[in-house]
Amino acid sequence: MALDKGIAVKVSHVSKSFRLPHESQNSIKGRLINFNNKGYEIQYTLKDISFEVKKGDFFGIVGRNGSGKSTLLKLISGIYAVDEGTIETNGKLVPFIELGVGFNPELSGRDNVYLNGALLGFSRKEVDMMYDDIVAFAELERFMDQKLKNYSSGMQVRLAFSIAIRANTDILVLDEVLAVGDEAFQKKCIAIFEQYKARKQTIILVTHDMSIVEKFCNRAIFIEDGELKKEGSPTEIALQYSDSNNASYAKDKQTAEKRKMAKIKRDIDIEILSAKTGEKQNRFSYGDKMLVRLKWDDPRVKSAGVALLKLSGENLFAPNTYQDRFRFDENTHEIEYEVELNITAGDYFIKAGLFGKTDQIIIAFDDEGPAFIVEPEGSKQRWGGLTRLNYKWKI
Amino acid sequence: MKQFVSKSNRALLAELVRTDFKLRYQGSLLGYAWSLLKPLFLFVILYIVFVYFLRLGKDIPHFPVYLLLGIVLWNFFVEMTMQSLSSIVGRGDLIRKIRIPRWMIVFSSSMSATINLFLSLIVVAVFMIINHVTFTPSILLLPLYLLLIYVFALGCSLFLSAAYVKFRDLSYIWEIILQAGFYATPIIYPLQMIKNDFVEKILLLNPIAQAIQGARYNVVTHETLTSFKAWDGSWYIIMPSILTITIFIGGLLYFKSQAKYFAENI
Repeated sequence: MALDKGIAVKVSHVSKSFRLPHESQNSIKGRLINFNNKGYEIQYTLKDISFEVKKGDFFGIVGRNGSGKSTLLKLISGIYAVDEGTIETNGKLVPFIELGVGFNPELSGRDNVYLNGALLGFSRKEVDMMYDDIVAFAELERFMDQKLKNYSSGMQVRLAFSIAIRANTDILVLDEVLAVGDEAFQKKCIAIFEQYKARKQTIILVTHDMSIVEKFCNRAIFIEDGELKKEGSPTEIALQYSDSNNASYAKDKQTAEKRKMAKIKRDIDIEILSAKTGEKQNRFSYGDKMLVRLKWDDPRVKSAGVALLKLSGENLFAPNTYQDRFRFDENTHEIEYEVELNITAGDYFIKAGLFGKTDQIIIAFDDEGPAFIVEPEGSKQRWGGLTRLNYKWKI
Repeated sequence: MKQFVSKSNRALLAELVRTDFKLRYQGSLLGYAWSLLKPLFLFVILYIVFVYFLRLGKDIPHFPVYLLLGIVLWNFFVEMTMQSLSSIVGRGDLIRKIRIPRWMIVFSSSMSATINLFLSLIVVAVFMIINHVTFTPSILLLPLYLLLIYVFALGCSLFLSAAYVKFRDLSYIWEIILQAGFYATPIIYPLQMIKNDFVEKILLLNPIAQAIQGARYNVVTHETLTSFKAWDGSWYIIMPSILTITIFIGGLLYFKSQAKYFAENI
C-alpha cells in the first residue's frame, strides 16, 4: 500500500465497536450457562472516521470524556484492531498512552530505565549512552539504585518523562500526558512540545485542554459520540468544543437544578448583544463591550440584576439596580446592562433576576441564562486568574 | 520473521527476560542460587522416597541421575507452560498501552524457563560426575530432545496464554492436566515397569515421554525403553514429532487470531 510521502497517518472509514458483556463471561461456566444468550451488547465507539495527518503536523484530537478519542488513539497506535476501515502509517510510530509503561516497583530506578527504554525501542547500548542525561534531567542522581517503590509519585513521573522525551521516532502519539504532574512538570512538557514543534516532528495529541491545542497544533479534529464532527484549524475546533461543552453543561444543569428552581418563574427575556454593533453576539474578545438586554411584562418589577458567571459556576460580578440606586418605574419593561469584558478567555453564562421594591423580593429569576465565550487574544493575554485588576509595579 | 530479528525487538526481548529473572528471586537471600538449589533438593527428596524406601529402578544403573534428568525435563515443561499461561494477562499493562509484538511476551516467558532449564542441567551434570556416569558422544543428541520439548511447550503456551485472556478457568484446568501428565509420563517410574506393550506405546506417543526417554538413553544409560525400541523402529516413532508440530502450528494460528483483541479483552 503506497502511501503518499507527505502523509504520516491516513485513517479511512474506521469504525470500532466493543462487546460489553452483561456479566463476567470470563469463565467456561459462564459460557455454558449463557450458551444461547448472546450475553453482550455491542457498543459503537467510533463510526466511520476518516482523516489524514501530514508529515510535520502537530495534530490535535479533541473531544469530551467518552467521545471515543482515546479509542481512536489506541487504534492509530495499533493497540486495538479496527473493525472496519484502514489505518496506514508512514514511518515508526511510538505511542505514549501513559508515562512509565512497564515500570516495575520492585526494580531499581536504573533497571527501570533500561526496561522502559527497551519498550520504547532502544537497545541497551543506546540507553547506556543516554543514561546520564536521563538521570540528570530527572534530577534523580542519588536515587537510581533504589527500588522504584521507594520513589515518590513525582519522582516516578520525572523519571518516566525523562526517558520518554528521548524517544526518537517519526510519529509520536500522546494521550493527555499533561494530565499528570504539577505545574512545574507541565511547564517542562510545554517546553518539550515547543522543541518538537520547532523540529517539525509529527505529533498526534489527544487532549481536552484547548489552550494546548491552540498553542501548538496546526490542525485538529473534534470528535463527539464517536463521530468526527469537525476538522480544521485549532481556533475553529476550539469554538466547536466550547459550544458542545456549553450545550451539554446546560443540559446537565437543567436536570440537576430543575427541582430547586421550579417555584420561581422565568419571565425574563435575556439577550446578549455587542455594544459596538447592537447585533446579537455570543463570542467576544478580551476588552469588548457586551450589552445584556432584559425584557419583562410584569409591572411589579422595580429593580433588576445581572450576574456573569464562569461556566464552572464561579460568580464574577453581580450588581443590581437596587444596590446601585438606579431607579425605574412600572412603565419600564426593558433595561440594558453594558459591561466591558476585561476577563480571562473562557466560557461564561449569565444569570438575571427581576425584583420588587428591594432586591429581597424576587419576581423572576433565570439562573441559566445565555452563555457566551471570551476568546483568547493571542499572546497578549498572559496573566492568570479571572480578571485583570488595576495594578502597577514599583521599586 | 523480519519483525523477529529487528534490533529493537531483540533488545526488548533481552530486557524482558532480564526483568523476569531479576524479579524471580527478588528479596530472597540466596537469590539466583535457588535456581540450582530447587532441583537439588527435589532430587534429594525423590531419591529418599523412590530409591531408598520404594526401591524403584533397581535394575537401572545410575537410577538417581536417570530420575533427576526426567524431573528436570518435566519441570521445564511445567514451568514454561504455567508461566506463559498467565503471561499475557500478567503483562496487561503493557498490552493496553504500548505496541509490542504480542508473541514476544510469551516468548520471553519461554526464554526464562529455558535459562532455568540450563541451570538445572548443570546440577544434573554434577550428579552425573558424582555417580560416575560415562559421558559418551551420544550426549550431543540431547539438544534435539530439548528442542522437541521446547517446541511442544511453546505450542501449548501460545494456545494457553491466548485462551486464558478469555477463560480464566484455564489455569485450574491446566494444573489438573499437568498433574495427570506427571503420572502419565514415565518420570518417577521406569517405563519397563509397565508390562503391557500397548500401554507403553500409547504413553510414548506423548512427545515429552519420548524426549525424556530418549534423553535418558543418550545421556545416562542404555537401559531405557525408548520409543524406537517400543515401536520396533517403525515409522510410528515420528508420531510425537508430528503431534508437536501440529500443536505448535495450531497454537501459533490461534494466538495470531486472538492477539489483535488482547488489548480490549484483558
